[in-house]
Amino acid sequence: MNLIGEKISYKPDEQFHLNNVSFNFKKGNLYTILGRTLSGKTTLLKTIAGLLNPDQGSISFEEKDFIKIPVWERNVAMVYQQFINYPHLNVYENITFPLEQRKLSPEQIKKDVDEALKTVGLVGFENRKIQELSGGQQQRVALARSLAKKAKILLLDEPLVNLDYKLREQLREEFKRIFSEGLSQDTILIYSTTDPQEVMELNGEVIVLDEGKVLQKGPAKEIFENPSNLKVAEISNDPPMNVLKGSKNSKNLNFENISLDIPNHFKNLEEKDYNFGIRASEIELDENGEEFEIELAEISGSETLLHLKRGNSKIIALIEEVMNFKIHEKVKINFNANKFYAFGEDEKLVSSPYGGTNG
Amino acid sequence: MIKLYTFLKYFFITFWTVFVVAPFLWAVSTSFKDFQSVNSKVTYIPWLDFEPTLEGWRVLIKSPAKGGVDIVEPYFNSIFVTCTASLISIVLGTLAAYALSRFTFKAGFVRNNDITFFFISQRIMPPIVLSIPFFIFLSTIGLLDSLLGLVVVYIVLLMPIAVWIMVDFFNRVPKELDETALIDGCNPYQAFYKVVLPNSIPGLIVAGMFCIIFGWIDFFFAFILTFTEVQLLPVKVVALNSSITPWWSLSASALVSVAPLIIVAFIVERYLSKGNLSGALK
Repeated sequence: MNLIGEKISYKPDEQFHLNNVSFNFKKGNLYTILGRTLSGKTTLLKTIAGLLNPDQGSISFEEKDFIKIPVWERNVAMVYQQFINYPHLNVYENITFPLEQRKLSPEQIKKDVDEALKTVGLVGFENRKIQELSGGQQQRVALARSLAKKAKILLLDEPLVNLDYKLREQLREEFKRIFSEGLSQDTILIYSTTDPQEVMELNGEVIVLDEGKVLQKGPAKEIFENPSNLKVAEISNDPPMNVLKGSKNSKNLNFENISLDIPNHFKNLEEKDYNFGIRASEIELDENGEEFEIELAEISGSETLLHLKRGNSKIIALIEEVMNFKIHEKVKINFNANKFYAFGEDEKLVSSPYGGTNG
Repeated sequence: MIKLYTFLKYFFITFWTVFVVAPFLWAVSTSFKDFQSVNSKVTYIPWLDFEPTLEGWRVLIKSPAKGGVDIVEPYFNSIFVTCTASLISIVLGTLAAYALSRFTFKAGFVRNNDITFFFISQRIMPPIVLSIPFFIFLSTIGLLDSLLGLVVVYIVLLMPIAVWIMVDFFNRVPKELDETALIDGCNPYQAFYKVVLPNSIPGLIVAGMFCIIFGWIDFFFAFILTFTEVQLLPVKVVALNSSITPWWSLSASALVSVAPLIIVAFIVERYLSKGNLSGALK
């Protein structure tokens, strides 16, 4: 009864948009697809919706070959990152459109639409024109249209990306509520995003996609704690996880003429070269720390992002307060060695502070 | 500096307005004059300089036997040919443009852009090149000197305009709009007429307006491909001769022949400023 994709490949030009992607989505669950722009997220969603036919592979749903069913008979719903609504219809007509297309009874339509409007908080906006709404409201209409359909597969393609910061925060909170209350246990929800924070907050099963390939699958917590390789570590952190080339010997971890004591979870590591990973948030300013040069300092909200350089290494540190720095100023920082990741020279995870692999 | 700019701006606007409107007003006033007011001295203002008369206009609907010029029949011929050809061009052109905008065609080295260019190239070609082929074509199928023959030729002339405008228009309608319609349960035909078409009204109006203008003002093919049976308005008006037809009737017929275009422009202007598509995509 699941939505199962097997070895799906799509290569319309020189590059793979999807490369051997397999998945098994169960009803009643939330799946997030995490990947950077052009990683194949939208292509995957469009393939599931039926707007694209893969060159290879199969998709089945409820034991039927999904690829043979045309889009308009698949009973899926999709919300795009652009706020796509029907500009010639008002809010109410926009939401009834798919229901009328399915020839439901007027009473049923009224009931479903009212329910959907209530869920997305647009009661009272029925007669507004789409053009009169703000971006956030337009996206709510699109979501309401998808919810009212009661489709068995609900696809959301970066629904928050075009909204401003405040609205995004607000709508993200609401999405969590809507997903937990407004969906039946029959629905498969697939949500794509570039934002690791969204993935963590929605807390579903995650698929990390890059250049059309699945890099890692698993619960959000697992992806965060034990990214299977450097790419995943980069994609699943914002700012991306810092990478420092270095080595381990019998006494220390060494990188850029810095020596750190070996943390507990690295005790059993072989003594050789590694790519060490450390999150921006695990670096702090410390009078007695190591000296780095500031390349750029950005203040974002209540935090300060420091782009730092030492030797050949460039790292980003996230300082939890607003501070003013001058470019090329020297600062001293301290690394929290207990939160170090070790990736092999093949970029695969060797040891993580959360007990991944042989740590 | 800004003052000078403002001055020049209004100066040229005024100059150009006078330049465009003056001949028009001159024709309007002449059409109401009689022999005396045209030939004796220069007159400008009705009731003050001359006594207006409707004689110039009456001549237009009188039959030639009674000394009139009778532009009524050519007038309706022109309306019929222009409207029929424009309508067919818009319908076919819109369908072709939608296909060119949304689907990918490959035939040898030919791609979508080549097909679009093929349509537009029909307008790049000087019309005179087409006159002989059209003449032979129409005479072979027996449609020379007939309304139907003119409609066929005008479709060839007008459809490229419709395709050109509509391809550009559809390219600016987000593809996601069609896709959403498909996802919401429309088959491709329903997606086209339930979603794409209602949102294309501004484009359709522009295309329709251009078709009507170019159809209405065409003189060349109407002149080459008709003789005695059928006459279109431009041919009829040009054929009027000032040594036989008086100036006041010439002015009236000129005004009557541009009137439809002015009406079309006024109707269309409202729709053009609406901007129906702004809500589709941010």
